[in-house]
Amino acid sequence: MITVKQLTKTYGAHKAVDNVSFSVQKGDIVGFLGPNGAGKSTTLRVLTCYHPATSGTATVAGYDVLTQSMEVRRRIGYLPESNPLYPEMRVREYLDFRGKLRGMSRGDRAAAISRVTEACWLGEFIQRPIGQLSKGMKQRVGLADALLHDPQVLILDEPTIGLDPNQIRKTRQLIGDLAKRHTIILSSHILPEVEAICERLIIIAGGKIRASGSIGEVRNRIVGASRLIAEIRGPVQQVQDGVRKIAGVKSVDVHAADGWNRLHIGSDEGRDVREEIAALAARSNWGLRELRLEVGSLEEFFTQITAKAAGAEAAE
Amino acid sequence: MSSETQAGIKTVGGAAAAMRSGPDTSTGGGSLTMVWALAQRELAALFYLPIAYVVGAIFLGVTGWFFMNETLVPGQEASLRALMERMAGLLVFALPLLTMRSLADDYANGTIETLMTAPVTDAAVVVGKFLGAMLFYLVLLAATLLHVVLMASHAAPVGTVVLVGYLGMILLGGLFIAVGIFASSCTRHQLLAAILAIIILAIFTFLVDAGAEYAGYAWLRNVCAYVNIFWHFADFTKGIIDSRSVIFLGSGIIFFLFLATKVMESRRWR
Ligand SMILES: Nc1ncnc2c1ncn2[C@@H]1O[C@H](COP(=O)(O)OP(=O)(O)O)[C@@H](O)[C@H]1O
Ligand SMILES: [Mg+2]
Repeated sequence: MITVKQLTKTYGAHKAVDNVSFSVQKGDIVGFLGPNGAGKSTTLRVLTCYHPATSGTATVAGYDVLTQSMEVRRRIGYLPESNPLYPEMRVREYLDFRGKLRGMSRGDRAAAISRVTEACWLGEFIQRPIGQLSKGMKQRVGLADALLHDPQVLILDEPTIGLDPNQIRKTRQLIGDLAKRHTIILSSHILPEVEAICERLIIIAGGKIRASGSIGEVRNRIVGASRLIAEIRGPVQQVQDGVRKIAGVKSVDVHAADGWNRLHIGSDEGRDVREEIAALAARSNWGLRELRLEVGSLEEFFTQITAKAAGAEAAE
Repeated sequence: MSSETQAGIKTVGGAAAAMRSGPDTSTGGGSLTMVWALAQRELAALFYLPIAYVVGAIFLGVTGWFFMNETLVPGQEASLRALMERMAGLLVFALPLLTMRSLADDYANGTIETLMTAPVTDAAVVVGKFLGAMLFYLVLLAATLLHVVLMASHAAPVGTVVLVGYLGMILLGGLFIAVGIFASSCTRHQLLAAILAIIILAIFTFLVDAGAEYAGYAWLRNVCAYVNIFWHFADFTKGIIDSRSVIFLGSGIIFFLFLATKVMESRRWR
């Protein structure tokens, strides 16, 4: 449904998005996760035909964002990060205006407005001037606009930013309901939010993709990248060679001290070799006093990325 | 909206991208319904804003004052010519105040993003904004017809002269509005947009008016005279439709709307 290939976008000399590639299948609900300034909005704005990329290509529903932009725009419902609206217009008036811009007939607009009014719980507010609405209500108006033409693809840039916890809960629930009908990309800088709503995850930081896949896959990969720590008493060389021969072991670092060897063992993704090591130690009559998997968590991984990004920003 | 011109501007900011992918070949996004929807919204926004009423009230008040004190006095010919020249001078300042917010406001509050990602061309947005402001101006102009009625009760003005005069007012206002929308496309600051429009308009009216009279070289005086918007407008107030003046004012409108579209397109690249 969406393919992005080697997308780069620079602002002056600053690379906001750097050689990003990913794809989104029909019906997916994908979380675009990254700290502030990661390049999320910049990428989404290329997909929505707001601005062109410096290099690279992107297609939505098979249409190129640059050379077939009208086709792309007809198929996307977009909620920009700042949720810009016209405060002097009434909700119904605004939605009707947006329907006209999309070339919808009077009948289609009327039907669509009642549909999104219900979907976004706008009922009692439909005749109110937008300027008088609370932030959460405005967010729903923005969402209603994005849904008006029943688009194949929904692109929501930080849809819960600036909302209170109750509004966040309601908005998440609403997006969850939408997932049945639309392909959705949703950006966020909050991991639990993406976990709560999305099936798949793309982690972006500093304009580059750091991890992507289903949430389970990404978790496993990060866990797989964790390392095993073992303390074994025995002849250094034999211990090292013995461990290295175990299938799945990729690297072994040994620090010998007081007759004990402290081993840092790297293994293939998702492979746990603790049992084999215990068996080896027993067979060889070596002492074994520690055997521990240092699990990296997704939370930790994301916190590190965010801290790194914040550090880079502070250094600038 | 021709694909050639779109491709042309794309080479300004991203030659590589445009050459790699070719021009935008998708069509649509400029239907009358869309343009009309944009115009209606623009007009509604103007009626909502105090600035439009203030500008409108001052414009009508001052023209009324001129009418009572300069036109409607014994011994004057039954003509709106002098009054229309006064109005033209006023509009140099009044219309930029009406148009300053048209695109600048969308850039300032972010609604430009929902506009430019909707399936409408940038040209449709510009034309819609133009028509909206034009409608407001026509309402103002209609109010000045009161002067014609008042005058007719004293001495009959020549109908065709009045009609041609108003045609001139419409073309003149159209050009001023087009310049104002161009200025508004350049910035997110309304005041800057107004100042830019007033400067451009003052150059092509007051400055070249003086230049046509006082410039040191004959050719410069000629150039000044030719680009003088007031000079082209003056024919209309006398009841003369000179095709060169119609073309000058008409192509001026198209030129500045085209420029505004190009500015919008090029701002996508920033
Ligand atoms: N219009 C712009 N001009 C210059 N730099 C920009 C502009 N928009 C964004 N940036 C920069 O590009 C980087 C990515 O921004 P953005 O895509 O908005 O990040 P995110 O949405 O992930 O918070 C940031 O460093 C930001 O400062
Ligand atoms: Mg953002």
